Amino acid sequence: MTQASWAYTDTVKEHFMNPRNILMDEDSYKEHGKGVTGNVKCGDEMIVVIKVDKEKGTIADCKWKTFGCASAIASTSVLSEMVKGMKLDDAYNLSAKDINRELGGLPDHKVHCSVLGDKALRMAINDYYVRNEMEEKVKKEEERVVCKCMNITDQEIEHAVLEGARTFYELQEMTKVGTGCGECEQEVTQLLETYKTKHFCEV
Amino acid sequence: MSPKGIYMDNNATTPIHPEVKRVMIETMDLFGNPSSLHVFGRQARQLVEEAREKVASFIGASPEEIMFAGSGSEANNTVLSAVTCQRKQCAYHQQGVNEIITSTIEHPCVLEASKCLQERGVNVLYLDVDQYGKVSLEQLRDLLTERTGLVSVMMANNEIGTIQDIKGIAEIVHERGAVFHTDAVQAVGRIPVNVRELDVDFLTLSGHKMYGPKGIGALYVKKGAPFCPLIRGGHQERGRRAGTENTLGIIGLGKAIEMRSQEIKSDEKRLLELKAALKKGIEENIPDVLFVGHPTDCLPNTLNVSFEGAEGEAIILYLDLEGIAVSTGSACATGSLDPSHVILATGLPAECAHGSIRISLGRENTMEEITYMIDTLPRVIGKIRDMSTVYRRRLQ
Repeated sequence: MTQASWAYTDTVKEHFMNPRNILMDEDSYKEHGKGVTGNVKCGDEMIVVIKVDKEKGTIADCKWKTFGCASAIASTSVLSEMVKGMKLDDAYNLSAKDINRELGGLPDHKVHCSVLGDKALRMAINDYYVRNEMEEKVKKEEERVVCKCMNITDQEIEHAVLEGARTFYELQEMTKVGTGCGECEQEVTQLLETYKTKHFCEV
Repeated sequence: MSPKGIYMDNNATTPIHPEVKRVMIETMDLFGNPSSLHVFGRQARQLVEEAREKVASFIGASPEEIMFAGSGSEANNTVLSAVTCQRKQCAYHQQGVNEIITSTIEHPCVLEASKCLQERGVNVLYLDVDQYGKVSLEQLRDLLTERTGLVSVMMANNEIGTIQDIKGIAEIVHERGAVFHTDAVQAVGRIPVNVRELDVDFLTLSGHKMYGPKGIGALYVKKGAPFCPLIRGGHQERGRRAGTENTLGIIGLGKAIEMRSQEIKSDEKRLLELKAALKKGIEENIPDVLFVGHPTDCLPNTLNVSFEGAEGEAIILYLDLEGIAVSTGSACATGSLDPSHVILATGLPAECAHGSIRISLGRENTMEEITYMIDTLPRVIGKIRDMSTVYRRRLQ
């Protein structure tokens, strides 16, 4: 029987088969920061914990656990390797696209599964700041209402792009954005381009 | 161990039966159009009609009550779409039908067709199911009114294998004067099905779920049942479905059904044995599992199991790497994170729906393969649970 190719790259497959840095010793692991995101009801959940080299301001160790699919497992495994030794600021600014590049690309429809890891990492970094009385360094991801008629925020638009929306019409279908007065169309279209560039590799 | 291709996804599709393959190869050169009057056409016509007789006799119908279609989905759509027919001569139109009843666990082709009817102004009511996936006859009685034109309930569920009391449902539906359709795609060829005993008006079956070719299905249309074609433009299939017959597919389906009639009894017994061994092996070797579906009224080949704290797609892909093909009820792998609508309908929590896999056996599976599955699964589930955020809670 010929082996049909996997929908995933060899790197994804390798990390899926041999995931790195799984948090097996949760109770005894003295983490400096912890982030939990996702929701089991939605099909995926992620925990990321970090230890910080306080002198250098870098990540000394990063471990994780997930209830998630192959993409979530592989992308978080890669992420946990990438951030070791990385400055906290640089790690905070990692995007799903950076991770996907490292993985050699994920199928577009699986990209939304891979964003949990970096989100949990940002939460862990913020948690580290809070625990060490550096609240001023905590970066908030603020939501902003873009469509006032339907009360749709930029984060909801980003989520819809990750779920597959590629045009203004598809965004309308998925979120109802811009289906009231329609004044926000230009801004939404700009956001659409921003999020497409942020999360997806060039075709 | 290198992948050796153990196929346990027979509810998705089945490998073609060697006899079906042989007959299809033999008849490959009979290209004649069954509608042609010359010898080429007559040869094709004869084979098509022989196949029709085999299908009819297998389910207890008359040959003229069998309409071939391109798929089970097409057959289901044909039945449902007729409800909104506005032609004056159409039975549904004459009766002023504006309501149908179906269930929450139907195949997407029935659910989507129902949704489309709703958008065209038909009132669509849904039967709930209990924890085993059974519809309630009581609720059916409550929902049925003189406005109800059509009721469509699947005979056996594709994800969890639960078999409905089709005879009981048909009786209630007919008491209220409505028409009854059952999607029996997963049932025909696996369990005995007789349209006269069940007293259904429409019944859908499909070739590729019973070791026949893909792209061929059939619809039983009870004599006198209100019918309206989905595809117009030809006299084929007694004017019920236009388009030159898929002769090779029809011949393949006929042979597949002939083989089912010979093998269904022994297969059923063997599959039940394999399934029992698999279930026992899972129960004995993996803690915190939940079997979904009815314990007895279930397809002999189908086992749906949820492993607490383990996500379905990850299980499927690890098993794939071990050479075992099964599937998940959830559509995650195809891009949506929506959990299985069938498992949610049984009232189980969303994490069960995200973590269940469907093992559907077939005539080619062996006890050695079951043993290999039982050896492999605990390792795979253990690995996933080690990295699971959900399972750790249980241990605490």
